[in-house]
Amino acid sequence: MFFARLRELIDADSIELEEGVTPATVAELRSYLCAHHGGEFAETLLDVNVFCAVNKRVVAEDHALHYADEIAFFPPVTGG
Amino acid sequence: MDEVIITAEPIQMEALQRKLQPDDHASSATSRSRTEDGPENVKETGAIVSFAGYVRGSGIRAMSLEHYPGMTELSIQACIDRARRRWELHGAVVVHRVGKLLPGELIVWVGVAASHRASAFLACESIMDFLKVEVPLWKREQALNGNWHWVEAKSTDQARASRWADELNEPPAGHVNRKIQ
Repeated sequence: MFFARLRELIDADSIELEEGVTPATVAELRSYLCAHHGGEFAETLLDVNVFCAVNKRVVAEDHALHYADEIAFFPPVTGG
Repeated sequence: MDEVIITAEPIQMEALQRKLQPDDHASSATSRSRTEDGPENVKETGAIVSFAGYVRGSGIRAMSLEHYPGMTELSIQACIDRARRRWELHGAVVVHRVGKLLPGELIVWVGVAASHRASAFLACESIMDFLKVEVPLWKREQALNGNWHWVEAKSTDQARASRWADELNEPPAGHVNRKIQ
């Protein structure tokens, strides 16, 4: 899932990974998405301030991913 | 009793305040369970502090808020829980608008009930400070020329949230920058 500027740059609320694509960690998924989408989206996704939440909790880059995890990338929050 | 509401409808502040007020619940206590409907310890509630945040109108035509349904509510409850670990609260209510808003509209309301004002003031302020840096909400503003742009996160918000680390004896709130690979 993608939110805010990232959602606009990839032009999708969410995507499903193709069969056989099984990144082991958040860092691997980030690299995979950058390689496959490129451009400004990739630049933004690599920004140190773009966070990743797995199953609605913010996690570190070495967090292990599992089948059917809900994974979200988003820029710094600006509510309130 | 805590309540977290994410809504695209205008916020009715008076109704929210009543959820925390001791009198209202004392009058209806015979027919309703206090633990479900009102502050946990109604007779002990001696202070309610609330914060109301509005859309400023300077230089913008409108604002639009995007959020991560499900995670937004969990994150707000986590902000409340963090305050509850430090201060004894009888209830907390947080309401946040999403969707399109116009200048002058209420965007967020935070209210807490406690025995004494000191806890209520501090808890309310800390919940609001945590919300600013942890809850997955994103603002877009429409400039007077009609163009929309995403609002950038402010370092001053992170600084305000970090101030509570010592008071709470916990790591600073907010999402720590990930390490560059």
